[in-house]
Amino acid sequence: MKLIVGIIKPFKVDDVKDAIKELGVQGLTISDVQGFGRQRGHTEVYRGAEYTVDFMPKVRIEIVVDDGDVDRVVQQLLATASTGKIGDGKVWVVPVENVWRIRTGETGPDAL
Amino acid sequence: MRINAGDTAWVLMSAALVMFMTPGLALFYGGMVRAKNVLAMLMQNFICLGIVSVLWAVCIYSLAFHGTGRFIGNFDLAFMDHANTVPATGFGGVPIPPLSFSAFQMMFAVITPALITGAIADRMRFSAWFWFVVVWSLVVYTPVAHWVFSPAGWLFRRGALDFAGGTVVHVNAGVAALVAVIVIGRRRGWPNHPTPPHSLPLTLLGTGILWFGWFGFNAGSALGANGIAAQAFINTFFAAAAAMLGWLLFERIRGKHATTLGAASGAVAGLVAITPCAGFVGPMASIAIGFAAGAICYFAVSVKFRFGYDDALDVVGVHLVGGLLGSLLLGLFADRAFNPAVVHQGVFVNGSWELMGDQIVAVVATVVWSAVLTFVILKVLQRVIPGGLRVPEEDEQLGLDLTQHSEVGYAYDRV
Repeated sequence: MKLIVGIIKPFKVDDVKDAIKELGVQGLTISDVQGFGRQRGHTEVYRGAEYTVDFMPKVRIEIVVDDGDVDRVVQQLLATASTGKIGDGKVWVVPVENVWRIRTGETGPDAL
Repeated sequence: MRINAGDTAWVLMSAALVMFMTPGLALFYGGMVRAKNVLAMLMQNFICLGIVSVLWAVCIYSLAFHGTGRFIGNFDLAFMDHANTVPATGFGGVPIPPLSFSAFQMMFAVITPALITGAIADRMRFSAWFWFVVVWSLVVYTPVAHWVFSPAGWLFRRGALDFAGGTVVHVNAGVAALVAVIVIGRRRGWPNHPTPPHSLPLTLLGTGILWFGWFGFNAGSALGANGIAAQAFINTFFAAAAAMLGWLLFERIRGKHATTLGAASGAVAGLVAITPCAGFVGPMASIAIGFAAGAICYFAVSVKFRFGYDDALDVVGVHLVGGLLGSLLLGLFADRAFNPAVVHQGVFVNGSWELMGDQIVAVVATVVWSAVLTFVILKVLQRVIPGGLRVPEEDEQLGLDLTQHSEVGYAYDRV
């Protein structure tokens, strides 16, 4: 099993979520984060004093999938989360040792 | 005692309007600080409602408004003894119940120390603030109010004009704020670490409340439901509007965006500046005064960076500068055509500098008295309050809400 992590633009969350559901994936988790890559931040001004804010709001999306599903989920993520502009984000995959369903105690791919 | 129902109703309503300005001020400042300090800011403002009103009943009302002394009144009305029948000295001819006058004036005494909170934001110990308000209200506010507002007071007798408290409230608190930030010192990390406002919607809400309440502050100072009140009312609006536009204009000229904080600050600057003038000048003068305040205060708020004092929310740049500006511009614009009580008119009206001279004396007297005594009060409190005036550095990092009040302003993540 693998954990797919994506850092995406917040306004893309609904599109990505709908696309992932269409693939038959049962669940995912999102969290609000801040980050930057090559996208520069912004400047705020309060009574003449300027503040440069490096961080941009992003959403972190996490999906645990069976090994066989990794490729199509990643491709779907890349396709729906992209705007073609700087700041679109990144996707990466990490291995998962084991997974349990809390309600039933099932483990492994049955818990996905 | 003659009672005019309309006058009484207006003065009572105005007292309520001015009272509303203290929570309004709390929100105005509260939105500008970081979230971890919002409750402390609100608390420092709200506590003035508690402290100053009780002191008012005990002795401030009597000392400020009863007696024939030039410098200070007497204790005849202390503990509100006969305050329902005996009018404030010199106000016997005003056909309103003495208590309505007392209630109205009380609200001014309440909000004046509250103005200082914006300057010392984010670093003062609550116990130190508490006792500061107690002592400052007694030894700084009370005499100045007597000198300017009471017909027995020496500045009133000299002919200085101050319709609603440009000197008594704004210059007074503004100078105290300047001295306080110098004595207390900068916030950790100022000016390098940015501390942007956490909730400008809260600030704008506070601005709206202040603007609304200011109609009571200025128009209520006519002490009657009459043409002077109406003139003061409309002058107040004109000045706030022109000042907002003035501030925004200079934001744009300087090549930056027009900001909501600028609009709010500009409006308040105009309201401050028109405070001494409101019932003594005409509508076009009000627009000029407002515009000048918006423009000048826009630049004044940068002065703290040049001189290195951390006036966190620009109390000095808006209230001291705005109050000085309004008090002195009154020397240019005061016009008997708008108020027969104007004895010496402004320079632009009949060319006489007589009034300007009196205004300068009033302003200087207020500045000196407030500066010196605020300094002394703070130095004494620094010794006497356990831990001193400031919170410890770690508490400043954690935020005052948690460390001074055991509370959190926004517990959004708790289920």
